[in-house]
Amino acid sequence: MTSFLILAFPLFGFLLLNVFGCFFSKRVSGFLASASVLASFAVSVLMLRDVFLAGAIRVPLFTWFQVGQTNVSFALLLDSLSLLMCLMITGVGFLIHVYSIGYMHEEEGFTRYFSHLNLFIFFMLFLVLSDSFLGMFVGWEGVGLCSYLLIGFWFQTAAFGQAAKKAFLMNRVGDLGFILGILAMIMAFGSTQFSVVFSGASQLPIGSGIITVIALLLFVGATGKSAQIPLFTWLPDAMAGPTPVSALIHAATMVTAGVYMVARSHVFYMSSPIASTVVLCVGVSTALLGAIIATRQSDIKKILAYSTMSQLGLMVSALGLGAYSAALFHMLTHAFFKALLFLAAGSVIHALHGEQNVFKMGGLRKSLPFTFGVFLIGALALAGFPPFSGFFSKDMILLAALDHSPLVFGLLVLVSILTAYYVCRLVVLVFMGTSRSDKTAHESSWIMQIPLGILAIFAAASGFLHLPEALHPEFIVVTLLAIGLMIAWCYRRFSQVQTSDEKTGIVFRKFYIDEIYNGLIVRPILLLARFFWTIFEPVILELPATILGKSVMFSGRRLKQIQNGHIGFYLLVMTAAIAVILVQLLWI
Amino acid sequence: MILGLFCFLSLLTIMSALSVILSRNPVYSVLSLILCFFSIAGHYILLSAPFLAVVHIIVYAGAIMVLFLFVIMLMMRTSDVGLTSWVKRIGSFFVVGVLGVTIVALMQRGTLVLPRYLASVEGSVSSLGRVLFGQYAIPFELSTILFLSAVVGVVMLGKKS
Amino acid sequence: MTWTQVIPAEWYLILGTALFGIGLIGVLIRRNVVIVLMSIELMLNAINLILVSSSAYHANLSAQVFVFFIMMVAAVEVSVGLAIFTVIYRRKESTDIDALNELKG
Repeated sequence: MTSFLILAFPLFGFLLLNVFGCFFSKRVSGFLASASVLASFAVSVLMLRDVFLAGAIRVPLFTWFQVGQTNVSFALLLDSLSLLMCLMITGVGFLIHVYSIGYMHEEEGFTRYFSHLNLFIFFMLFLVLSDSFLGMFVGWEGVGLCSYLLIGFWFQTAAFGQAAKKAFLMNRVGDLGFILGILAMIMAFGSTQFSVVFSGASQLPIGSGIITVIALLLFVGATGKSAQIPLFTWLPDAMAGPTPVSALIHAATMVTAGVYMVARSHVFYMSSPIASTVVLCVGVSTALLGAIIATRQSDIKKILAYSTMSQLGLMVSALGLGAYSAALFHMLTHAFFKALLFLAAGSVIHALHGEQNVFKMGGLRKSLPFTFGVFLIGALALAGFPPFSGFFSKDMILLAALDHSPLVFGLLVLVSILTAYYVCRLVVLVFMGTSRSDKTAHESSWIMQIPLGILAIFAAASGFLHLPEALHPEFIVVTLLAIGLMIAWCYRRFSQVQTSDEKTGIVFRKFYIDEIYNGLIVRPILLLARFFWTIFEPVILELPATILGKSVMFSGRRLKQIQNGHIGFYLLVMTAAIAVILVQLLWI
Repeated sequence: MILGLFCFLSLLTIMSALSVILSRNPVYSVLSLILCFFSIAGHYILLSAPFLAVVHIIVYAGAIMVLFLFVIMLMMRTSDVGLTSWVKRIGSFFVVGVLGVTIVALMQRGTLVLPRYLASVEGSVSSLGRVLFGQYAIPFELSTILFLSAVVGVVMLGKKS
Repeated sequence: MTWTQVIPAEWYLILGTALFGIGLIGVLIRRNVVIVLMSIELMLNAINLILVSSSAYHANLSAQVFVFFIMMVAAVEVSVGLAIFTVIYRRKESTDIDALNELKG
């Protein structure tokens, strides 16, 4: 039952902060929130040994509901996959909590922020620990809610609220696919519990229709949550939230839920070649699109957001290739280095008092030496520079692609090269050259530096957790050379840049995808809504109601005159009523 | 002889009752009502209930009508308020007509079971007293509380506040 | 031959009904509150008459006891009613039933 505590601590923290938050000082609430996540992390570590010995532990909690033959119960499933996710979520989550104490210390809604962050951790753990798709869906919706709340943390700014709404609605589209998938699953197998569903699925022949349908519907959910084509446009807008939120939710944990879900239900995808192909295509094209858009952005957080989208595309490609361990490994390393990059970017933004345009930075390596150091480690890991962690995970994915087809391999290599390019551009623009900012930067406080340092260690070294059986020296050399050249070229190209000259072009405009979605989907819906608002509701709905109400009021006013207060009249009516009663006796 | 007595009493009752509701002067109404009560007392005697007849005279003619007379003479101005509007009057006659016709019709249909004979019952003081103080002793005692509360209420209402 | 065989029971019922109807019409058409009260007395007496006649025809004294009680209640009712009337009269300076037009829920 101790595994239950993994969930209980963040939930308790959330309730405590939400109910009694107004009595706590900022220091206390930040400390409580961090401590609850740390406790959860500690329990996860304790569970490591049990899971290692037992393989998988199922902890039934309670029966949720029973409809007909379908019995839905809540249970926790601890196996290596879910425990890996737990460690990642609570570990990175804890560091980001600590970082947030420093980052958010001037904000109004400090307690609200931490309570939502704790709630997010709870739902994310629920998502990964649940032993049925329905439980996963509960967590899935919960993290969506927290994402909405935290993107819209500064809801006083209308644009940020819009961004939160956009993220929520886009996720809703994906969630519709997910829930349809769950319904199809209940139809086919009568349960949503992993063990039942997977054993049922493995008995069906490969390529059977229902499996393909379920797999594709589930993947629609994954595209929404993991920002894949076509449901990705919310992720760059989600950068409206505080930077630690971007690091936690929109880089390290929530967006990887789709990857986790596909990896968890790999039985479906292995027995459905069509679904696997769709996953592969979507993953590769997302990776490519994200990488291309990232090369031309000027907002430091947007660059990282598109990079996240691209890296998620890479993971999804790996899932499509059937390289599940590679995908999960990249997810882990990505969580470390992308969280590090976001937090370091947050540190830069913090130092420049909210400046996010990279063309107004520059030369920061002198004033922010520590941030520069950790950012560089993160950037090299993202670029895949050996021996940093990103190299090993990308290496695994690329090798899997090479086994599959040269075309996919080529495209993924292109993605990696583009990744190296935009990372180098980012580092050079922000830290090299001379300062283009009129503000004086100062290094952030120790409470923000410690998490950065720890994450930097993991980003650098986590690649060694899972060394490939055979290292290819030629691979290492080629990568080293390619990235080295890229750095040199980028340094020459961008270190002396004065102003942004890239305000135009189809890439800067993100291929007009937002505009296309606006024209094709949002506008017609708004028009429809306007039709309902201005024509349908007043005429069809309100008019009968108005007539009904008016007639009732009219008859009421008429009937009111009966009650005129004259006793004589009352007597007459009473007598008439008695007469009526007697008359009807005649017919009995 | 008996039939004639019944008819005379009935006629007297109806006529005096009509006089009650139709005379313009309230004092005439009161006097007609007293006459009506006396004729009803005659009916009671005819129905061999002499005790009730006596009580009827004492209570109604002796107490209640004196009360009415007092109120009318003390309070009322000579000018009398007339009848209600003709719509209400026609409505009233119609309603009462319907009521009466319905009751007669119900009687004709035999919904009300009537005995065909007249049993001999002794409505004397002693037999009535035995029933009243035997079977109905408790309601009789309780009615005194009703009287008491009525007295208190009337005193309260009559006080000039 | 006694009178009991001469008069059918219906005649008393019809007489009582007529008396009741006259009282009812008085209640409905008169505007003087005192006359209305007197009409109510007429209606009560109609009921009494019917009760006494049925007591005689059924050979049951209980009905006469009820008449006794009705007389009591009538006396109480008249005294309280007239007291209320005096109060109203003092306030409204009128005996018109249409002046009592404040009974609104």
